[in-house]
Amino acid sequence: MKILVCITHVPDTTSKIQFTDSNTKFDKNGVQFIIGPYDDYALARAVEIKEQLGASLTVLNVGEAETEPTLRKALAIGADDAIRVNSFPKDSFFVAKQIAAIAKQNGYDLILMGRESIDFNGGMVHGMVGELLGMPSISPVMKLEIEGDKVKMAREIEGGKEYVDAKLPLIAGCQEPIAEWKIPNMRGIMSARSKPLVVVEPTADAVVTDVTSFILPPAKGTVKLVDKDNVGELVRLLKNEAKVL
Amino acid sequence: MSVLVYIEHAEGSVKKTSLEAVSYAKAMSEKLSSGDVIAVALGLISSEELAKAGTAGASKVIHVIDSKLNDGIIQAHAEAVAQVYKKINATTLVLAKSSLGDAVASRLAIKLGSGLISNVVELPDTTSGYKVKRSIYTGKAFAVTQVNTDHKILAVKKNAVDLRTDGPLAMVEEVNLDISAENFATSITSTDKATGEILLPEADIVVSGGRGMKGPENWGMIEALAKELGAATGCSKPVSDIGWRPHHEHVGQTGVKVAPTLYIAVGISGAIQHLAGVNSSKCIVVINKDPEAPFFKAADYGIVGDAFDILPKLTEAVKAQK
Repeated sequence: MKILVCITHVPDTTSKIQFTDSNTKFDKNGVQFIIGPYDDYALARAVEIKEQLGASLTVLNVGEAETEPTLRKALAIGADDAIRVNSFPKDSFFVAKQIAAIAKQNGYDLILMGRESIDFNGGMVHGMVGELLGMPSISPVMKLEIEGDKVKMAREIEGGKEYVDAKLPLIAGCQEPIAEWKIPNMRGIMSARSKPLVVVEPTADAVVTDVTSFILPPAKGTVKLVDKDNVGELVRLLKNEAKVL
Repeated sequence: MSVLVYIEHAEGSVKKTSLEAVSYAKAMSEKLSSGDVIAVALGLISSEELAKAGTAGASKVIHVIDSKLNDGIIQAHAEAVAQVYKKINATTLVLAKSSLGDAVASRLAIKLGSGLISNVVELPDTTSGYKVKRSIYTGKAFAVTQVNTDHKILAVKKNAVDLRTDGPLAMVEEVNLDISAENFATSITSTDKATGEILLPEADIVVSGGRGMKGPENWGMIEALAKELGAATGCSKPVSDIGWRPHHEHVGQTGVKVAPTLYIAVGISGAIQHLAGVNSSKCIVVINKDPEAPFFKAADYGIVGDAFDILPKLTEAVKAQK
């Protein structure tokens, strides 16, 4: 079985979000970049499947050279080889086209990624890749078991989950609790250094959307504290001042 | 020219978030002269219920009555919506962001060759190009995004526009479509869903509890307040991780992102990952015994004190003001 896991290279969840160049660029100053948390779940599940059933596991990122440490981390966690498509990830459509092009070339049985990136939160790439390849795409997947060519999944829906049966090949957008995040051990980190990391150029494609500027939300005013012995005052404020009751 | 709205339904009613998407489409159409607002619904639901999409702004509802579409089979839904979109010569597709909506919209973007913007929070601005404001970095920022394609898909975040309720009932047209078998390659074998509850991602008021609640046996107090307010209940990540509450109640960066008008956090310190899931709320109330809890910095109102003492009093106070 051949598994592809697509990962994003995103600011750590504790990062302070700021912009530069008249609010047209993300300010990377002091920001630590990580494997997207949802992608990390997808990778962890792929490593488990590889260990249980035997599989080759390739990890893919669409990004510039700066994302290579993130790909190396994925190799340390358990991927066998890595592919970097050498381009800034312009939008969901662009990224989906790159993934679909690589997948067409290499023919994977299972393509996993996070349900969404935590920078742009689109949650659209898996579905686009599915449509481009004519394969089913299921997201957000919180459980995924493979039995022969059958895949049994639990997909989160509003207020619960639904159980979905499908067949390989398949694309899934993953989230917790599909697997526990894996922390790379020393042996993994050492072996990751010599695992293959191939850089390929993107397929040319028109961009369908452009971010023209970024905006930060207005700063929050100070909290209005209500005395704990006067709880009724809170209800009055919510009703008459905030007008939310 | 027209705008198509993909509307979802559950337990026999059109979802409120879908009705909001209809109102968004109506407001957009008025602003940009985009033509009729037509809704499409798939699978089993009554015509009377669908006609109510008119009150939110739809002039017509196209009802694809194929019972195979009762389940939310992602590929089949995408194919059905694409066929209706082409049939009515729509130029824009609007839908509410949801578990199924996202999955269907992404496939439609390829089928229809449309630029797709998710987490839309405002009406498009067409003064120079077609620009849409969307929420990014899990609510920590916004991006103004230009769409360069003729066809567009907008997945709208909750509370992007006010829900309209004053329109006339819509005409409902039943249609049959030919959805080929390969679109039914996946199947839904069963569903495990809270029924009769107010669903967290769609709730106008949310009451959430954290580790300060000390154990699952104390959730009755959270539920009592939620019931009095007509609210959904949520929880912090540690609470769902240790199994006090189910995962679908986890609010935060990697859980459910909510955008209610009122969010009440009880015994939650306010880690940045939790705040990421609630920062689109209109009004935030924090109840915590630690006056230094970081959540107070993100709150509109707060009470410093013991949750076990305050919750019953608050429930009584809500009851009294009714």
